[in-house]
Amino acid sequence: MKRVAVALLIALAVAPAAAADPPRSGIVHVKVPPGTSDVDYGAQLYGGNCVTCHGADGRGITKSVKGAGDVPGLGPSLRGVGALAADFYLRTGYMPLEDPNAQPRRSKVLFDERELRALTAYVASLGDGPAIPTPHPERGNLAAGLQLFVENCAGCHQAVAEGGYVTGAVAPPLEDATPTQIAEAIRIGPYLMPRFSEKRLSNQQVDSLIRYVKYAKHPDDRGGWSLGHVGPVPEGLITWFVGIAAAIVACLLIGKRLSG
Amino acid sequence: MKRWLGALAVLVLGRGRRKPRLGDERERIVQLRFPDRRAEGFVAFAFIAAAVCAIAFPVIYAVDSIPAQTQFLGLSLGLAFLFLAVACVGLAKGVIDDETEEEYKPPSNPEEQEEVEQIFAETGERFTRRKLLWTAGGTAGVALGAALVTPALSLGPVFHTGSLYTTPWRRGRRLVDEVGRVLRADEIEQGVMYTAFPEHADREQMGAPLVVVRLKPEQLRLPAERKGWAPEGILAYSKICTHAGCAISLYRKPTFAVVEPHEAFVCPCHYSTFDPAKAGKVIFGPAGRDLPQLPLQIARGGELRAAGNFSGPVGPSWWGVRLHKARSGP
Repeated sequence: MKRVAVALLIALAVAPAAAADPPRSGIVHVKVPPGTSDVDYGAQLYGGNCVTCHGADGRGITKSVKGAGDVPGLGPSLRGVGALAADFYLRTGYMPLEDPNAQPRRSKVLFDERELRALTAYVASLGDGPAIPTPHPERGNLAAGLQLFVENCAGCHQAVAEGGYVTGAVAPPLEDATPTQIAEAIRIGPYLMPRFSEKRLSNQQVDSLIRYVKYAKHPDDRGGWSLGHVGPVPEGLITWFVGIAAAIVACLLIGKRLSG
Repeated sequence: MKRWLGALAVLVLGRGRRKPRLGDERERIVQLRFPDRRAEGFVAFAFIAAAVCAIAFPVIYAVDSIPAQTQFLGLSLGLAFLFLAVACVGLAKGVIDDETEEEYKPPSNPEEQEEVEQIFAETGERFTRRKLLWTAGGTAGVALGAALVTPALSLGPVFHTGSLYTTPWRRGRRLVDEVGRVLRADEIEQGVMYTAFPEHADREQMGAPLVVVRLKPEQLRLPAERKGWAPEGILAYSKICTHAGCAISLYRKPTFAVVEPHEAFVCPCHYSTFDPAKAGKVIFGPAGRDLPQLPLQIARGGELRAAGNFSGPVGPSWWGVRLHKARSGP
């Protein structure tokens, strides 16, 4: 019984780590002669790594088909998504995705810098899409950023950008998100996140938002000890230990030992 | 209420007058000690202090202008309980003699039974200021009871619920965004959630805020009587969750609809989830009522206007929420 419990514990401890692992197999690195343009190189990488789900020329696959290596393919069209979306999905490790039905999660990026550039250039060449944004969080306003974050983002990502849940999906923590990735995600609305067009949130407002997210990662702990920013947990522990000790002392003072 | 209080006072005061019946003719079991007037005074003081703190609670509750009102409310109630505890401890330790009977005597032995009764009666005999203590304790109890029921007043209108059905929306009223700009139909994009308010009306009203989204017209599954409520697939619903009244600030939309869940409004408080395509139907969570929908129309100039009032009363549910329809107010 004990051994079963230990095995279970180990399995539980290992399982999340295993789930977070990116698909290690399946990445195809291609060799191209020197002087090949980024778009051509990207097209070859696309053929090796993306075409099963996103279809030929990025047209998308909406009815499951068996692709190379009997991998079932299913994926949205990439026409018109632009360099912005390709940059976001590739550099966060959201793509390639092992199971097309799963929510993409942040994982290790398996392509190298040149491959990333080539793939992004190829996806951008498929249609008329937005370019990679260049946010300037230093131009943003922290107070406005907090206000915007609370209004538009905190419902899912929590006020401190720690991430949270929505029915049917996980809203990721923004801990590892770079300013560019935040700016991209706002425009795309990855997975179940709503989109925010430029009319809804201007680039200036996005700068403020990013500034706030950066601040939330390293807040100004003017009150003193931050208690690890883990919410009410330390306070709760203090209540338990200090409060229970006080309750025991009170019991000893009030009560009386039965002799005999 | 007055009669009850009177009866309670008579009960409390009358009890002190009873003379101990046992112990006069018997030999004492519990030694009669000198009454500890200081301890009695202390207990009486603690009871009075508890009563004062408890009375402070409804007073603080009634005066809205007190800064940090919530903290003072907590403090008064907390201190009332603390003083009550102190009084009880003082009563147990300083005023009443205690005698521990370790074994439970079976009822078959009437003599021992009487002995226990005698002990019980004698333990209370050191009380000299019985009346004072009963009065103080009774006052503390009544005051604390009153403090505990006071917050029930915040439960909202019970008999005059008319205002709960009233919303500022009526046919022809325009939709404006957070900064007061009139919303136009052609700027409502798919996959984006907009918050809208009634033009020239109080935004703080429960019925004022809306969530506005655009779906593909072929996605809509509205009931027949709401045909035409969503021109071009633009839908408007109350932004206030029908469960606990939180603002619905989450909108989920699939990036790749083939494998991902469909569009829904989600309340961040308890994850009540509403389907905008199916007239605000609850598809998950604790909400018990569909999200009220506001019929829309697109005016000739392209701006969005309300085409009537909500499909039902807005806001968290109350006992009569299904009795009437939403009404148009100021």
